[in-house]
Amino acid sequence: MNCELEQRTPAFGLISGVAGTFSKDYTLKLFAQTCFNRFFEFEVKNAYDRGLMKLPIYLSVGQEHIPAAITSVFSDCLIFAQHRAHSVYLSFGGDPRQLIDELLGRPTGCARGMGGSASIHSPQIGMFGHSGLMGDQVPIAVGAALGSAKPVLTVMGDASAEEDYIYGALGFAVTKKLQVLFVCEDNDLSILTRTPVRRSWTLCGLAQGLGLPAVDITDDPWLIAHHVKQFSRQLPAVINIRTCRGLWHAGSGCDGPPEWNRFALIKETMKTLELEQDALAIESETERTVQNLWAEQLRKS
Amino acid sequence: MGRTVAEVIRETTRDHLTNHRGLFLGQCVTAVGWIGGTVPAMSEAEGIVELSLADVTNAGIAVGAALAGRRPIYTVRYQGFMWYNAAPIVNYAAKSKDVWGVPCPVFLRAIAMEGNGIGPVASASQHGLIMRMPGMPVCAPMSPGEWTEAWNWFMRHDDPLYVSEHRRSFAIDYEFHNSIEPEADITLFPISAARLNAVEAAHALRKEGILCNIQHLVWLKPFTVTDDMRHALSQTKLGLVIDSDFEIGGPSRSIAYDLMHQCGAPVFALGLEDRSAGVADALDNPTPTPERIVRVVRELVRSGRTVPAGATIE
Repeated sequence: MNCELEQRTPAFGLISGVAGTFSKDYTLKLFAQTCFNRFFEFEVKNAYDRGLMKLPIYLSVGQEHIPAAITSVFSDCLIFAQHRAHSVYLSFGGDPRQLIDELLGRPTGCARGMGGSASIHSPQIGMFGHSGLMGDQVPIAVGAALGSAKPVLTVMGDASAEEDYIYGALGFAVTKKLQVLFVCEDNDLSILTRTPVRRSWTLCGLAQGLGLPAVDITDDPWLIAHHVKQFSRQLPAVINIRTCRGLWHAGSGCDGPPEWNRFALIKETMKTLELEQDALAIESETERTVQNLWAEQLRKS
Repeated sequence: MGRTVAEVIRETTRDHLTNHRGLFLGQCVTAVGWIGGTVPAMSEAEGIVELSLADVTNAGIAVGAALAGRRPIYTVRYQGFMWYNAAPIVNYAAKSKDVWGVPCPVFLRAIAMEGNGIGPVASASQHGLIMRMPGMPVCAPMSPGEWTEAWNWFMRHDDPLYVSEHRRSFAIDYEFHNSIEPEADITLFPISAARLNAVEAAHALRKEGILCNIQHLVWLKPFTVTDDMRHALSQTKLGLVIDSDFEIGGPSRSIAYDLMHQCGAPVFALGLEDRSAGVADALDNPTPTPERIVRVVRELVRSGRTVPAGATIE
């Protein structure tokens, strides 16, 4: 397996024809969730740009399809993510109204205004909040797996993966054979510092050295779902997903076009699956739904 | 003769694991001595989980187990290692209820020890490290009854609890009693192992004609000034808090401040010196010894009522 840091292409690790192995219904549902996450983030950006939010925001534009893909095959689990987790929350069934309220600092927010964008949670879906200490959700997720004997999902970034306690957490999970799926959304950036500047090793190399099954892939959602499904039968396991952050680390700014536009590529794949018209309908309908949801929630202020 | 602190901890742990789905987490638990005889000889299947030596990770694992409802007992064998372990504890366990309304009850046994060349890192109590952050009560039990009280508090509440233990307590099989002497010259407020030294110092001082009230401190945060403390201080108009943690920026000064403000009498602080402990006996930096306490009390009583509060004592 190629684990080199510079292996960043939209086709890295892609399995030819993998999207075609999923049913039409599955694909449409996956696409609908992706659209929901994406348009939700655009609405956050709009509200932020209008000055309605007075807190740091961490948008998942460009990465919004990853949790949509994960939850499509791995949903009955406890969830530990960190900042940039709006799409995780939404994909696993978190109440979007409570998330909007949280971002607006309202007491009706999912964390009563205490968490903001970075520390969202939802007991209803088994999602625990994040403290703000990068990567600390990973050992906590391992402890939750130990204590609950339930499958656990933990999502980190490529920078969090460098925290020393990630090594200890991976090691303990494999030693005790705990049911933890470790997902790294690897956008190659710690704020704006690229991964090869920060380290010479890869998360997959580290995980494999510890004896965990691990795979390093691009962010094609069907490919992600394929591997998550495989790994869900042999946890603990690690998936490093090369992806592109569309906007700034914090805030709504943009430094130019991403290395690749996965949303556009997903629509290309939908076309090859002869689902272009369905995709267009879902996209416009979801956009409208999300805009209405935000408008309604904003009126409540 | 009653049970020792070690026996109480061991049997309480056994009951927790056997009857309450509890977990016990720690490093090298089943190695030499089972942590001073405080851990029951039980297996991993029964709830004793041997952790790796990854301190920060381990504290995170304890937090996760607490979130999963297992009320883990997490043991840090050397309280100085709290500098590693504190991060997930104060940033997650202590804040979880405030931020998300999700309880995270970890019973954190942090064990202090000193002497025997233990050195500059592993020695000393470090309860002040936790006290300065919100969300986690702190206590320092030294007797079987006090430890049981801490445990019962933990089981009745859904907060994490920091239990600053001291190795010197493990063999103790009796309870401490506060004392108020009618003609006392000073009120001592000792914490942790300093309580043993303060009692010894008070005996020595009595022979010199200096009488000491003693008000043992167990619950450090939240700290409550009791009526007895007020009464004792109103009588002596001079107090000294003695601790096995560092003095500068530490619990002894913090508590002295509370006592002074609530009782209106000068209260001084005495803790570990502001220097690294060496391995050699002569270079150690232990809990204030009885001799040091005697020296300081003698000086305070001689000139104390005219010494401005907060002045350096030694």
